[in-house]
Amino acid sequence: MLSDMVEINILENGILQTIEVPEDISLSLMEVLKASGYPVAATCGGMALCATCRVEVKEGAELLPQPGDAELDMLDTLPDSSNQTRLACQIRIKPEISKVIWEYKPEH
Amino acid sequence: MIYTDICIIGAGPVGLFAVFEAGLLKMRCHLIDALPQIGGQLSEIYPQKPIYDIPGYPEVLAQDLVDNLAKQIAPFKPGFTLGERVEHIEKNQNGFIVNTSDATKVQAKVIVIAGGLGCFEPRKPQIENLEQFEGKGISYIVKDPEKFRDQNLVIAGGGDSALDWTLYLSNIARKVTLVHRSESFRGAPDSVQKVVDLAHAGKIELLLNHNIQSVAGNGKLNAVTLLDKEKQTRIIETDYLIPLFGLSPKLGPIADWGLQIDKSAIEVNTADYSTNIPGIYAIGDINTYEGKLKLILCGFHEAALMAQSAFAHVFPDQKLSFKYTTVNGVNAF
Repeated sequence: MLSDMVEINILENGILQTIEVPEDISLSLMEVLKASGYPVAATCGGMALCATCRVEVKEGAELLPQPGDAELDMLDTLPDSSNQTRLACQIRIKPEISKVIWEYKPEH
Repeated sequence: MIYTDICIIGAGPVGLFAVFEAGLLKMRCHLIDALPQIGGQLSEIYPQKPIYDIPGYPEVLAQDLVDNLAKQIAPFKPGFTLGERVEHIEKNQNGFIVNTSDATKVQAKVIVIAGGLGCFEPRKPQIENLEQFEGKGISYIVKDPEKFRDQNLVIAGGGDSALDWTLYLSNIARKVTLVHRSESFRGAPDSVQKVVDLAHAGKIELLLNHNIQSVAGNGKLNAVTLLDKEKQTRIIETDYLIPLFGLSPKLGPIADWGLQIDKSAIEVNTADYSTNIPGIYAIGDINTYEGKLKLILCGFHEAALMAQSAFAHVFPDQKLSFKYTTVNGVNAF
């Protein structure tokens, strides 16, 4: 049986793109973005230690689990993060994120 | 001038192991790294994280792997230039001269770039005319605290580095203002308490929920404009601004050396990990080729093949015969 699909809605430079991935893909949002051609450096490989995978949540922040300690520590270090900033490496692909709109904002 | 056979740019795990592979073939190495310590990402970003895919180690802490590599290469007496960034390279009749940010020069027959994802550089706030005042009132690192004696400082950031420097410089500067964008600190609780105590005692000014909006000056920085949560601005007259927002990797000057680059990585020939410039090799995370995997163990393999090929540049008149360490041991210099 085919697994259900999760939609990942990404805004980049004002254009909304939707990527569909299976619900049971067992990847983080960072890994899906990377696999979909976004130039995510992911220096630390997903340990919430480099912030090269940062994204802004434009809609649906309330659907996401709260950031953990490691993610909060890194977000707090950044010069320009807001309450809507998340690290994609800490977001697991789950059905509820289909309603979230992300903005991809790589570090300059 | 430092003279060596191979100048290795980057002292991460792959750069370190390259010393071993080169040493087995009697080639001497000098390592340069922009960070003040060896180990690259492992020591800088995740020293206490376990790594599970190093052959022979079911689990090894990143820093322990670095320490073991340092021990493994010690017999080959590598030279180190740490805390300096390689700026440019020149070709000459003996190979290359490698020049660093602190004017160190290394003459080498071969260059091996093992630079990972590039240099770790200070993360900069997105402010329009920031670069105009870099070195003219804006410092991203504190090299010489005495420079700030009796000066007015604004320190920005909320991590341990911002807290620690605020505590330290509060005894040296005329006035320290610590600016942090949120309302609490996640740094070491002891440092946080000390900073809060200093603020209560009027020894420093603590501005929470503030962001830097702009910087101004006349040739030299003299003011920083802050924006609070209610969008109110506040101008602080200051001699220095020290933004401390951690480090972020950048390819840096490597991009300008005439190497073939694809998406911030150096293209190499997988026969020997040579670049398009004869005598320059690229190994580890900084190179790219079809099927590239950014794994430490792949970098180790690349280092071994690189060394076999580099031998022809270092000893053009000698024939290389492959030897196992089990047969010959490790013959130190």
